[in-house]
Amino acid sequence: MKLLVTFSRRKGYEPIIAKAVKETGVLIRVDRAHIDSSGGEVLIDVPEESCRLVSEKMGSLGATVKILEHPVVRDEDECVDCGACISICPREVFTFDGEWRLAMEVEKCVLCGKCIDACPHDALSQQVPG
Amino acid sequence: MAMEKSIELINKRIREGNARVVTAEEMPGVVAELGEEGAFAEVDVVTTGTFGAMCSTGAFLNFGHSDPPIRMSQVFLNDVEAYGGVAAVDAYIGATQQSTTRGMEYGGAHVLEDFVAGKRVELRALSPGTDCYPRRELTTELILDDLNQAIMVNPRNAYQRYNAATNSTDRTLLTYMGMLLPSFGNITYSGAGVLSPISNDPSFHVIGSGVPIFLAGAPGMIIGEGTQHSPGKGFGTLMVTADMKEMSQEYLRAATMTGYGVTMYIGVGVPLPVIDLGVVRSTAVRDEDIRVNVIDYGIPSRDRPALREVSYADLKSGSIEIRGEVVKTSSLSSYRRARGVALELKRWVESGKMTLSLPTRRIDATKLVRPMRETARVPRVQDIMDRNIYSVSDGDELKEAAKRLLKGDTNHLVVLDKEGKLVGIITTYDLSKAIARPGRAKKVRDIMTTRVITTNPDEHVDIVARKLEHYNVSALPVVDPDEKVLGMLTAIDLGKLFGGRWLK
Repeated sequence: MKLLVTFSRRKGYEPIIAKAVKETGVLIRVDRAHIDSSGGEVLIDVPEESCRLVSEKMGSLGATVKILEHPVVRDEDECVDCGACISICPREVFTFDGEWRLAMEVEKCVLCGKCIDACPHDALSQQVPG
Repeated sequence: MAMEKSIELINKRIREGNARVVTAEEMPGVVAELGEEGAFAEVDVVTTGTFGAMCSTGAFLNFGHSDPPIRMSQVFLNDVEAYGGVAAVDAYIGATQQSTTRGMEYGGAHVLEDFVAGKRVELRALSPGTDCYPRRELTTELILDDLNQAIMVNPRNAYQRYNAATNSTDRTLLTYMGMLLPSFGNITYSGAGVLSPISNDPSFHVIGSGVPIFLAGAPGMIIGEGTQHSPGKGFGTLMVTADMKEMSQEYLRAATMTGYGVTMYIGVGVPLPVIDLGVVRSTAVRDEDIRVNVIDYGIPSRDRPALREVSYADLKSGSIEIRGEVVKTSSLSSYRRARGVALELKRWVESGKMTLSLPTRRIDATKLVRPMRETARVPRVQDIMDRNIYSVSDGDELKEAAKRLLKGDTNHLVVLDKEGKLVGIITTYDLSKAIARPGRAKKVRDIMTTRVITTNPDEHVDIVARKLEHYNVSALPVVDPDEKVLGMLTAIDLGKLFGGRWLK
């Protein structure tokens, strides 16, 4: 399961992820991280059963945690099943099924956004974490 | 058994509802199973289909006369300009024309799709005014039903096959073949392969002028050869037409190739009457038999190099090997919808909705496209480069570099190794920085840029201008194939040529 962890600069100096791993014992995989002078945004992958535990721990350390259930969303009315997204994606989220219909494994998505730019039909978008 | 079947017999069977129709995807299996003669006896019609980006698409529109009447000289539909140089209230809207207000996110293709979807489109027209057409300005909102005619006429659709694209450079390219990732990061291709209309009749035996077709959901017709028709090398095209009022949005989709522009995805299908064994043989074509080159779009020239030849079967497998690496492929056209076109056409023929015709005029199957004849000589790097070479070697002291910059009255020095090969470049800015912030830098090699962007004497000046802009540099060493420096090309040299057009 993908979690989007955001924190302010002050907390950025704290080893939030390391602390969460150490204190929960859950192995966290960092998919993407962007940290600058104003704060940080880190996309992590955790096993589904530990999602709540990790979220609560990180929350107690001062981070804001949002669960991304659909990191990339497809508008089925706009998609024509061309497959322009398939070779663009670094994580093989997109494939064709036996009927040349576009299939998605969104749990692999790391929110790089390349497919959204590459789609000729403007059919893909990123879920805005609410 | 007679190995010919008349078109009248085939049409009689269609009208009686007992014509035997298969798609071009099913036909190779039928021929493999029954043999050519068996397939000839079994099948009356083979339907083809393709659904992909076809930029060369557009429509003639007639708006009817306003009161007082206007002779439109400039025509805009939702701020997309249409060609108004055809009579008073006619216009041609092309798919790739971009909106004057929204850029490449909305264009002629979107106007066409909006019309077909039943949406309102704003017409704005201007005119100088004449005695017979006094009105000078007009704005109104129209839906497709308000137009007298909306006749799609596409100069070039249904390419027989299309070369696949990849990118050798170190940056992402945004092209009409979609997004091409750096260092052969992906391959894109277009076309339906086994279902492609012309690939199923490459000799234009039954495809020709007057032949009925499926165009974007409407019954249409082949006008004749398409523009850039080059069947002699396997790249035939068709010019096609149909009434937009009968079209369906399912087979007509506006699109934007990011960083390139607007295009139209359109479904085209041609039903092929099985009149003889020649049609059986040509429709037995498989993906494996249809071959294209993989072209390097990193080379900014008309004659881009081919990296290897592949078949549509290879491309559809999801990956192919380029220089020892497995590279993922992406289709830009939709095979699923191409199949949808061929199946819909199959239903039309089976139900008697469409009968077939043989060509009223043959299409030349040997023609070759020619490159443009250019009468004005295009300026190249060798025409404007500075042939004085100001250089230092990488082991020189910074002071020596400063002296040479002053002596040469230049801002750039090329750095050469002992063999005279280019190893770096330094600028007055690099040197100023090293002096203003003294650190450990003592030698030229400590401050030089080693990843040097270069040009060559034959490069076109427009390509050089894009390089300077893209890499944000002000000069490019001009090198020969052995990395020997021949001169320097600066933004100032280009500026002299273009009167400042390229200087920001």
